Amino acid sequence: MSQISVESKPAAAKPKKSSLITRFARQWDIQLMVLPALILVFIFSYIPMYGVLMAFQDYNIFGGMSESPWVGLKHFEMFFESPEFYTVMRNTIVISLLKFLIGFPAPIILALMLNEIRSMAFKRVVQTVSYLPHFLSWVIVAGFVMSMLSTDNGSVNIFLQKLSFIEEPISFLSVPEYFWTILVTTGIWKEIGFGSIVYLAAIAGVDPHMYEAADMDGASKFRQIFTITLPYIMPVVIIFIILSIGNLLTAGFEDILLLGVNPVLREVSDVIDTYVYRIGIQNTRFSYATAVGLFKAVISVGLLTIANYIARRSGNSLW
Amino acid sequence: MVRLSYGDRLMVIFIYIFLALLAFTTFYPFWNSAVISFNTGSNTALGGVTFWPREFTLENYHVVLNDDRLLNGFMISVLRTVIGTVLSIIATALFAYGMTKRELIGRKFYMIMCIITMYFSGGLIPSFLLVRGVGLMDSFWVFIIPGLISVWNMIIFRTFFQGLPGGLEESAKIDGCGNWGTFFRIILPLSGPVIATLSLFTAVGHWNDWFLPSIYINNENLLPIQTMLKQILNTNIVSDQMANMDSAAQGQMARMQTVSSKSLSMATMMIATLPIIMVYPFVQKYFVKGVLVGSLKE
Repeated sequence: MSQISVESKPAAAKPKKSSLITRFARQWDIQLMVLPALILVFIFSYIPMYGVLMAFQDYNIFGGMSESPWVGLKHFEMFFESPEFYTVMRNTIVISLLKFLIGFPAPIILALMLNEIRSMAFKRVVQTVSYLPHFLSWVIVAGFVMSMLSTDNGSVNIFLQKLSFIEEPISFLSVPEYFWTILVTTGIWKEIGFGSIVYLAAIAGVDPHMYEAADMDGASKFRQIFTITLPYIMPVVIIFIILSIGNLLTAGFEDILLLGVNPVLREVSDVIDTYVYRIGIQNTRFSYATAVGLFKAVISVGLLTIANYIARRSGNSLW
Repeated sequence: MVRLSYGDRLMVIFIYIFLALLAFTTFYPFWNSAVISFNTGSNTALGGVTFWPREFTLENYHVVLNDDRLLNGFMISVLRTVIGTVLSIIATALFAYGMTKRELIGRKFYMIMCIITMYFSGGLIPSFLLVRGVGLMDSFWVFIIPGLISVWNMIIFRTFFQGLPGGLEESAKIDGCGNWGTFFRIILPLSGPVIATLSLFTAVGHWNDWFLPSIYINNENLLPIQTMLKQILNTNIVSDQMANMDSAAQGQMARMQTVSSKSLSMATMMIATLPIIMVYPFVQKYFVKGVLVGSLKE
């Protein structure tokens, strides 16, 4: 927003002392540019925000919100007391922590590695290939995973058998113990390359003289990464950490819906978002599902506020 | 050029090997699925198809491309992607251009209203009920209208427009162009790079979306290919489990067919990926820049 001052506008065109209505009428053409968009934002973002209130009602499908009775915190209590509460919360927290702890550093490490590559052709091939999965739909990616892991023709099973690690093919996607590993690995497979773009750009800003000086002093490559590159890209890393804290309760949605198809997996795959989808859309318990969703939103906003507080203290505030 | 020490050389070698492995693991699933899609289903059922088709055939594609439902799904996806992207980019850019006008009454208020939506939303159920309530259920326009305006893209457009030289607009005004004329004749033609980047991301989003139709569309004729593919793959899992339970009988049945559900779904997957694979090489140079525009704006 700092560039606003660059804009040179003929201020003389503005007549002095005219009423708001006159001024508004005079600029009807630019108001007309923003009006349709604002109406759409209002309808599709703000009306659902108001709709959240149905979490405190027993929503009546036929009468709508105006005719539904208010029930206070009933649905929240139901959720906290339900047997699913523990499973859903555990899965949500474990999956998102796993994704964060392993998935977050992965693109940074990839960027650091790519930075050491001198052969431009090799670098370009690796980058081109690793960016590609980001542009595929989760349906396709899930299809790949199912195909790779299937028992009849899955390359993973064939490979493991050839190396004699296993005797019989394993039906990976129907064993709950493997699900989290598969989920986290797939997520990294899909996004590692694309995630590295920003870090690569940040690394490109390091002054090459620093490395030359470090070479003179006899610092190893490894040492240079820790004393020059990493500190230099730290601000970017911190911003991304902060951004991801607000999403800490978003363990995933599409990936879990598509990979956790087998009912056997529900014990390990059900997270808040998929639970809301199942209860709300499939079982049409609208009020209850909205309450669960609201519970998540409230915690997320709390996390975001805390994250921003920390950020402000470290000088990287988001707002 | 500084000579590398022994340890450094070891590290660089390790990095090359690691990255080569990464590239391989990323590329292999594409390759393997393509291979299976070109292999006869009966032969695939014997197992062990990895790098090359053992019994090459185009039969799988022949079957898929002759399936009216799949073709229809493909066409719906194309229509949705083209119409959705064009309308969304124009509407969002117009909105962004209006928002660059400093004299716009309520500008700050509008901006705050928009930014709030980036952090808060009504969530799945209220949005679902709204979309159903405004009558978009089972309508093609459910693909286009709710996502027409992206606040994120608006901010990127706005930043770009503000970077354009102000003199251009002034001279357009002097030549008698109104705000709308300036937008369509001067601003849009100058915004090639940002339009290309944002169009790419919008188009990919439209092409890849399977979830929205899965909850809003019951009419089979309106299902895009990704949603259909999801159904096909799910059916496959079920049959895969059945095969495990009774592999002998199932295997014999599969062996009698040239095509199998597996080879067919792989062919469908390849077709659903094709448009992305085709545009990818051309747009790669744009999106690297685009990602940076998006992230630096934060």
